[in-house]
Amino acid sequence: MPINDKNGVKVWQVRDRNSQLLRWAMWMAAGIIFYLSWMKISDQTTWFFVYDAPRIAADIGGRALPPRWGYITQLGKPIWDTLNIATLGTFFALCMAVPVAFLAARNTTPSKLFVRPIALLIIVSTRSINSLIWALLLVSIIGPGVFAGMVAISIRSIGFCAKLLYEAIEEIDETQVEAITATGATRWQVMVYGIVPQILPAFAGVAVFRWDINIRESTVLGLVGAGGIGLQLQSSLDILAWPQVSLILAVILVAVVIGEWVSAKVRGAII
Amino acid sequence: MSVTLESQVGTPWKKPPFITNPALRWGILLFAVVYFFAALLSMEVNWHRVYEGLERGRKFIVAFAHPDFGSRASDIKEGMIESVIMTVTSTIVGIAISIPIALGAARNIAPLPVYLVCRFIVSISRALNEIIVAILFVAIFGFGPLAGFLTLSFATIGFLAKLLAEEIEDMNKVQAEAVKATGASWLQWVNFGVQPQIMPRLIGLSIYRLDINFRESAVLGLVGAGGIGATLNTAFDRYEFDTVAAILLIIIVVVMLLEYLSGIIRARVQ
Repeated sequence: MPINDKNGVKVWQVRDRNSQLLRWAMWMAAGIIFYLSWMKISDQTTWFFVYDAPRIAADIGGRALPPRWGYITQLGKPIWDTLNIATLGTFFALCMAVPVAFLAARNTTPSKLFVRPIALLIIVSTRSINSLIWALLLVSIIGPGVFAGMVAISIRSIGFCAKLLYEAIEEIDETQVEAITATGATRWQVMVYGIVPQILPAFAGVAVFRWDINIRESTVLGLVGAGGIGLQLQSSLDILAWPQVSLILAVILVAVVIGEWVSAKVRGAII
Repeated sequence: MSVTLESQVGTPWKKPPFITNPALRWGILLFAVVYFFAALLSMEVNWHRVYEGLERGRKFIVAFAHPDFGSRASDIKEGMIESVIMTVTSTIVGIAISIPIALGAARNIAPLPVYLVCRFIVSISRALNEIIVAILFVAIFGFGPLAGFLTLSFATIGFLAKLLAEEIEDMNKVQAEAVKATGASWLQWVNFGVQPQIMPRLIGLSIYRLDINFRESAVLGLVGAGGIGATLNTAFDRYEFDTVAAILLIIIVVVMLLEYLSGIIRARVQ
């Protein structure tokens, strides 16, 4: 407890001098980094547009409201596509994530030296690249459409689901596995009766959680041509049809809120 | 119990089903199968186009074996610097704004009107996708990293304020009360009674958000909000898969480094 002696009176301080100086230096460094970064952003900004922003925002808002409600009849199919991209994408992602998770978990992997690093590499590389980039890639490889979006969503979700699943597998209760092994069960029987029942709740939770995220992500995949309601958003933006844009945004918001509600309900029922 | 046990002796054991209610179980399964086929059938896949694309897919995978960092080096460097700058500034500003909002969104600290306003801000920020926010900000503030910076700051608020508010709601009341009993003012109370309890979580979440912001900053360029995304988009449009592979590798390496770093820091503060 650092105590400062001031004219015979002991004054309590939170930190001693050295740690105080160190903290000050860290704040200073952070401040300088922030200042330099901000200067760089400021250099590349046309400040005239920024000063003009309130007027532009009011202008866009004025054009966007009220939304063109009649346009909603054309949004049925895109929303159905968006839902399919998210749901099928999650389904196929789980199909691929389960084996990867078993290969990556320390207690189930067949080889810690060779197979586990490969599984971890798959997890990291699919996780660190955004689904929009995957969509961009797949659109340029297999052409625009719902299929590209679905594949993009499923690739992006593999890493996320596999990571959470393998962490769940590593945390299982080993005694149950031992008990099954002691009955003379084969490797696969141990898997089915000893491991799977323990991770099933985690699996269901991860599936619903990822489905919720995928609903959000699939709404914008259309911006790069990968199907769903994002296509309508892009074409409305291109022709500056702001009343349609505001309607699409409202529909997306409703879809996201419903998705979150459903996933919260299902997770509440499981856990 | 013994009666059921008697009747079950001799019959082979069956695994208990995950969903106990049989009607619900079969209902969900039937619905899932029907939906699955309806969804698959409504998807129009141009298999001919997909087949043609396999060749490009092979090229792309081969490109990872010899990524081309050289020929677009200046574009990549500029884009990466811009991405990093956007990430750092938006994370700092986002944290600075989300702390007061988190205090307001914690029910055990804030009065009801403040709580409702802060929760509203949080849910708006969480409901809107980053890309959609970026489109709006680009339309309002013009092209460039400023729009990206604003987007990421806005997204950080929803994430950080929500999780931090939950942490504040779960905090140990006894310590905070002890500080209050010394006659501390509200600010002193927050500073010495609340803040030390949530600090480890705040640091962990901030580092995690830095990681997320970097990943997001890589796509904001697609809609003109600055960062490496614009370079990436151009490379895709020209089918320059070597350059694409180089950019993606850089992103993966940076994300891995950030994750490793955040693991170390979180282990130290907790």
